[in-house]
Amino acid sequence: MVDSLVNLGWNRDVAFFVASLLGAVVLASFGLVWIIFAIWLERKLAGRIQDRIGPNRAGPYGLFQTFADLFKLITKEDITPAGADRHIYNIAPIMVVASIVLIFAVIPFSATWVGADLNIGVLYFIAVGSLATLAIMLAGWGSNNKYALLGAFRVIAALISYEVPMILSVAVPVLLAGTMSMQGIVHGQSIAYIFVAPVSAFIFFVSQLAEAGRSPFDLIEAESEIIAGYNIEYSGMKFGMFMASEFIHAFVISLLTVILFLGGWQFLGAGHPGSELFGFIVVMGKAMLVYFVVILIRSTTPRIRIDHMMAFNWKFLVPLALVNLIVVAFCARIFVPDYAAAQAVADGGGLGAFLAGMFGVGFIAELPRAALCLVANIGLWVVASRLLRQYSDQERDRVRQLIQERRDQRGQTAPAAAGR
Amino acid sequence: MNWLEWGFFGVLTILVIGGGLAVVLNRNLFHSALWLIVSLFGVAGLFVMLSAPFLAAVQVLVYIGAIVILIIFAIMLTRRMMGISEAPNSQWTLGLAAAALTFLVIAMTLVLASNGANPLIPREPLTQIGGESLRDLGVALVDLNQYVLPFLLASVLLEAAMVGAIVLARGEE
Repeated sequence: MVDSLVNLGWNRDVAFFVASLLGAVVLASFGLVWIIFAIWLERKLAGRIQDRIGPNRAGPYGLFQTFADLFKLITKEDITPAGADRHIYNIAPIMVVASIVLIFAVIPFSATWVGADLNIGVLYFIAVGSLATLAIMLAGWGSNNKYALLGAFRVIAALISYEVPMILSVAVPVLLAGTMSMQGIVHGQSIAYIFVAPVSAFIFFVSQLAEAGRSPFDLIEAESEIIAGYNIEYSGMKFGMFMASEFIHAFVISLLTVILFLGGWQFLGAGHPGSELFGFIVVMGKAMLVYFVVILIRSTTPRIRIDHMMAFNWKFLVPLALVNLIVVAFCARIFVPDYAAAQAVADGGGLGAFLAGMFGVGFIAELPRAALCLVANIGLWVVASRLLRQYSDQERDRVRQLIQERRDQRGQTAPAAAGR
Repeated sequence: MNWLEWGFFGVLTILVIGGGLAVVLNRNLFHSALWLIVSLFGVAGLFVMLSAPFLAAVQVLVYIGAIVILIIFAIMLTRRMMGISEAPNSQWTLGLAAAALTFLVIAMTLVLASNGANPLIPREPLTQIGGESLRDLGVALVDLNQYVLPFLLASVLLEAAMVGAIVLARGEE
């Protein structure tokens, strides 16, 4: 595109600038437009799962429901509470959406379709994601409402805590691929990393669910139990932006899971340069699968209490992620992929040639390391779930005992009340 | 540098210096903390211009994502820190002198170290940002001949600080 503009007689720098700007606009718009469809899909699926019909009035299958909601939000009165810190109050929703949309810049949709293949792609999306924390703080503070501020504190406590296991689990694909570039990580996945390190995939997915504030970690916006939270003072489209950012985030976590653990655009050796569109379809297809799981979890699980959420993070996810990182680092060091030997096996014919033809030579090279990591991961998971089981049994006994003691006490002091 | 880079450099400089000034001059402590973010963001941009994207990402992640959040928490949890109307520090001239002196020393060092070349211009063009610099950074931290000792010392210091924090937070049991 730069070349065609230069051919038109443009200055090279201007052409580069305009092309980059256009690319950024297209990429951001894609995320924002896709969400209109994703919101409809989510509501429809959630309806089906809960034995309802879901949106079905506006347009065929209720497809235009989101547009109707959009117009409603735009035409609503835009209220700024008295005493609000006006600029901060207004900038917070923009920052929330921006922090999520910026992640699209490093997501490789196919072998060549990527906004910017930074060599620090993984670090970039973590850094950009941390801006959302800040935006929520601004929203809570700017509203001049103590409930909003308390809600913001709650959210930030959760977000900062869940960043720890998230980063530790992301370190595993980085370690296996030997690069922090998102494209490099996809290239390294001749065997999708979910088969190599399923425990990190699990930790990543769960902590990302928490980061996005999705059920079962959606106490951030528990409207019915504790008044919504940081966004309570927002109305109209500003509130809509918080909602939209949440939906986009849900899709972004599906995309990130696909890129980091499900092999990105790799599918039976396809999606390599020359078949961009196919790679794109593969990425989106896998992302929709993960997104479906996200919706499934959302519509079937109850909310977790904040102390349970924190305990689960600090007492289970963080230690597990730490041990997992050490185990994988150890296993990955034992078998370093040997591409020359793999090529020899592939040339040898028989099963080797079949596998190489099916999945590529990289598959054979990665196989020993992947198998070892998988076994170690499964072992780790068995031990971890044993410990978790033991702990929860202990906890249950303790709570039962407490209840029993309370009952006994009440029985002694007020027998009439107990008899009722 | 072509005009595009000059343009970005100008914008980033305004962000850094303007943000820094706003931090100092603002009477609202919370707003000061927010302006600090603007300033730090500009610094991150400068890192990108100097072909150090890793440092830029770490700048955003650590300084904006963690340290400023911590500062904001500290401001919010401190009573009567909000709505201060008069300048709280009467010795600001002293502070100004110290800051100016520090700036002079750093600027002199930079100019002297660059042997006459403009220290603001990256040695390699921006289009050639490779993964190697990151690898070099990692290797330098574990190389016996380079920075392994400072790295270990920093780790021990952080470890001690963490243990200390836990001891303080536990109180008496």
